Amino acid sequence: MTSEKNVLIKVEDLVMHFPIYRGVIRRQVGAVHAVDGISFEVYQGETLGLVGESGCGKSTTGRTILQLYKPTGGNVYFKGKNLVKLKPEAMRLMRREMQMIFQDPYASLNPRMTVRDIIGEPLMAFGEGTSKEIDDRVASLLDLVKLNKDFASRYPHEFSGGQRQRIGVARALALNPSFIICDEPISALDVSIQAQVVNLLEELQEEFNLTYLFIAHDLSMVRHISNRVAVMYLGIIVELADRNELYNNPLHPYTQALLSAIPVADPVYSETRRRIILEGDVPSPANPPSGCRFRTRCPLADTICKEQKPEWREVRPNHFAACHKI
Amino acid sequence: MVEQLLNVQNLETHFKTPEGIVHAVNGVSFTLTEGETLGVVGESGCGKSVTMLSCLRLIACPPGKIVAGEAIFRGKDLLKMSSEEIRHVRGGQISMVFQDPMTSLNPVMTIGKQLAEPLMLHLNMTSEQARNRSIELLSLVGIPNAADRLKDYPHQYSGGMRQRVMIAMALSCNPQILIADEPTTALDVTIQAQIVDLVKRLRDELGMAIIWITHDLGVVASIAHRVMVMYGGYIIEEAEVKELYANPRHPYTLGLLGSLPQIHEQAHTKLFSIEGMPPVLYQKPTACPFAPRCTWVTEKCWKENPLLEPVAPGHRVACWVDTKSGSKR
Repeated sequence: MTSEKNVLIKVEDLVMHFPIYRGVIRRQVGAVHAVDGISFEVYQGETLGLVGESGCGKSTTGRTILQLYKPTGGNVYFKGKNLVKLKPEAMRLMRREMQMIFQDPYASLNPRMTVRDIIGEPLMAFGEGTSKEIDDRVASLLDLVKLNKDFASRYPHEFSGGQRQRIGVARALALNPSFIICDEPISALDVSIQAQVVNLLEELQEEFNLTYLFIAHDLSMVRHISNRVAVMYLGIIVELADRNELYNNPLHPYTQALLSAIPVADPVYSETRRRIILEGDVPSPANPPSGCRFRTRCPLADTICKEQKPEWREVRPNHFAACHKI
Repeated sequence: MVEQLLNVQNLETHFKTPEGIVHAVNGVSFTLTEGETLGVVGESGCGKSVTMLSCLRLIACPPGKIVAGEAIFRGKDLLKMSSEEIRHVRGGQISMVFQDPMTSLNPVMTIGKQLAEPLMLHLNMTSEQARNRSIELLSLVGIPNAADRLKDYPHQYSGGMRQRVMIAMALSCNPQILIADEPTTALDVTIQAQIVDLVKRLRDELGMAIIWITHDLGVVASIAHRVMVMYGGYIIEEAEVKELYANPRHPYTLGLLGSLPQIHEQAHTKLFSIEGMPPVLYQKPTACPFAPRCTWVTEKCWKENPLLEPVAPGHRVACWVDTKSGSKR
């Protein structure tokens, strides 16, 4: 990472509500508050980890940044341009710069297309070169993700999960993007294959000065790959800090509980460490709790937590959190 | 002496597929003593689930077939029992919790009915008794308002609660062995911590033995007494949990542990990765199944498959190379 920090992406009060319709005339009766006002910045060349449990809105955040969903509110600036206000054609051209790697390598590749067509599709969509040039580009991309060039004529079902994920990575790289959202890229893979893919992502980042938003629920992997980490709970970011700062001094009670719940491959340590076991489940995002979102499961919750939304503030230098009890 | 509860010897299971016969389990032997928690670790396709399913004869046959071995439970071979006998063992004395709680519960039956079923079948309870016991069980696994929730359907429960119901169901007939097949894989970390905690508490209260199948080396570290690592249908390393994590010997175990990011990691280090992928065995291997991916590989590894041999008290490894000293065996 460079020492001076250039902001590549700036997210401002991003809100994404999905309407719920009921009844014969499909009247809107409510909304799922998937993302409920989050703000953060992603610096050029860094990896920002976004962690949280399923349903907390981390994938929705990623998709809304790319304008795959039209946000209910807020702004997303990419290199200073507000993506929310862009016209469709301008946005389409903008997409060359930002790509996505999806979670499920079995569902994200079209089974009827060859590897060459899958990786070449973004190139064709932007009219990048002749068929022959695309062939060459696909071959060099396959090489880049350490797959055999001869695989280009094969179909996805002929590959293992790890290989498919490499195909997904090659497709994301096809247009030389500067920003890639990795939406749980390794959670469907076996442990030994996860390390292969993570190492590949890191090598590519170094080579092409890529910026990643790395979405995951595996906290130890996020610590490994990220420069900074944001923790989400029920549609909001509760804490954001440099990775060592966050893991060494978690301030928010949710982050503390989440970190203490990580299974550690060390039987001696797991015997002695203090674990915070949260009660109950995550509440429904269609009807989130008043005040602090986390109060229903928080061991420290108080009346103020019920009445007032905690303010998002910089508790220590570059360490942000939203909690009344800090 | 602690009583031996289950003794599996030379278990072999094959599957017939259009591509040929897949040798899923290739001569697995292990024992389980009373009150013990045995962790079984390995990647997908290594044969860990098939081994346990074979013991309970839950392999669909065809295409699956248990071709050799025995599984002695309380003096009787599970593999030779009549189907009537094994039906009493399943659910009654050995029960199982599966990975995905949504697909293993019947979506059109209420939770109460599903819980009562084994009780009425195995323990001959009346529906009234079964109902009361179901309420007890649900409270035992920490579901609030148990009596009211009996008439709910699975979709009205969250993922973690469904897994609690599965555990309640597995415990309903006081089994001596609980086989848990990736019970927390589909759950979030905070819910996973709840379930692991629950199973530990129940184990200590009820004194049953547990076989915990997982690919997560972290979860196993916190719950198991003893761990078996499987690869290519073989047990390749077995030891007490602390011994295994302190002194892993097999190159595969070393690789697995090395590929995990350290939670205490302060400075960035590159992850160790095992190149290649796990094999699909269409023939019974004559060489070490890990040889193609192994960094320690020697000439002998391509010629002969190593047997599981003791290297330290209670620690067995199947490898031709002593990774500690670097010498060949």
